[in-house]
Amino acid sequence: MADEQKLYSIWVYLQAEPLFWLTLTIGAYLVGDFCYRRSGLFALFNPVALGIIIVSAVLLMFDIQYERYFDGAKFIHFLLGPATVALAIPIYGKWKLIRQHAGAILTTVLLGSCFAILTTWALASLFGLERDIVLSLLPRSVTAPIAMGVAEIIGGIPSLTAIITIITGIIGAAFATFTLDLLRVTNMSARGFAIGLASHGIGTARAMSRNETAGVFAAVAMGLSGIVTALIVPLMIFLFNI
Amino acid sequence: MLQSIFAIFLFQLVGEVLQKYFALTVPGPVIGLLLLLLALLASDRFSNLAATKVKQSLAATAETLLSHLPLLFVPIGVGVVMHVAALEGQLFAVLGVIFIGTVLTVGFSALLMEKLQGRGSRNGG
Repeated sequence: MADEQKLYSIWVYLQAEPLFWLTLTIGAYLVGDFCYRRSGLFALFNPVALGIIIVSAVLLMFDIQYERYFDGAKFIHFLLGPATVALAIPIYGKWKLIRQHAGAILTTVLLGSCFAILTTWALASLFGLERDIVLSLLPRSVTAPIAMGVAEIIGGIPSLTAIITIITGIIGAAFATFTLDLLRVTNMSARGFAIGLASHGIGTARAMSRNETAGVFAAVAMGLSGIVTALIVPLMIFLFNI
Repeated sequence: MLQSIFAIFLFQLVGEVLQKYFALTVPGPVIGLLLLLLALLASDRFSNLAATKVKQSLAATAETLLSHLPLLFVPIGVGVVMHVAALEGQLFAVLGVIFIGTVLTVGFSALLMEKLQGRGSRNGG
């Protein structure tokens, strides 16, 4: 009985401190990474998706509030900002290559972003989704802070857009490689660019962890498509009165 | 290492302040990225030993920070799983839109980009 009480008090202590949540997050990610490598780089077993599933399973199993988990894990989350800034360095390293393909980059980001928005609108209408959900879906391909800002402007639900955006990133990270292999796109810059355009930071992270050129082009696509989408979505709503 | 971390934080800090001050929709870290990129490109104009050293140190720090970039998305991803109930009965339709839309967008953009690049290189660009 005394032992049980001791263990319980340790558990209470651990829940209140960041250490346990940080260890769990990194551990879950490492397990995901291990499974991914072991499965012969099988797309569905990507480290970020598996890491999320493992941590979520632990939280649900022990009935722990997300806010409590995030209070500890926020130290990992914080690094997203500096990591985004740090993307400038590999982009600078490949600047020559980027300038060389400036025309292709600008054309693809314009047409690709429009394509993403229009297919989302067409599919959402086809599936008969409600108007506020359709509006929340439209900016889903770009990084969450931009997407949420756009959703707010056009009358969507920003918190719903945040969820949709992250799901888009995870699906992009999980299925882009498979799609690109199927289409036999071998050019690393085109592969990376498409992933960054369609699935922002999470896709970029995935591309960066596989190939530096792909990662750099993904980061460029993510930045540019964010800007293009922020301008185009409100304009489309205004013009077509969706 | 420490100087590089300081520089990266500083650029983010400036980015966040600019974002708040001008109420921009572009997030602070992305503004920080653009500013750091501009600073690096500007530094090419006066290439000396000190600048080269700073860049080498920055490159090493960036590599460490970016080597496990997907890990940094785990905490927010868990939030999505825990709050997915917000989608109620429309979850599967929403997932369908996201899945089909994302796969189509990846395919369309990659094929377009590859085609444009191919044409560019044939023209000697």
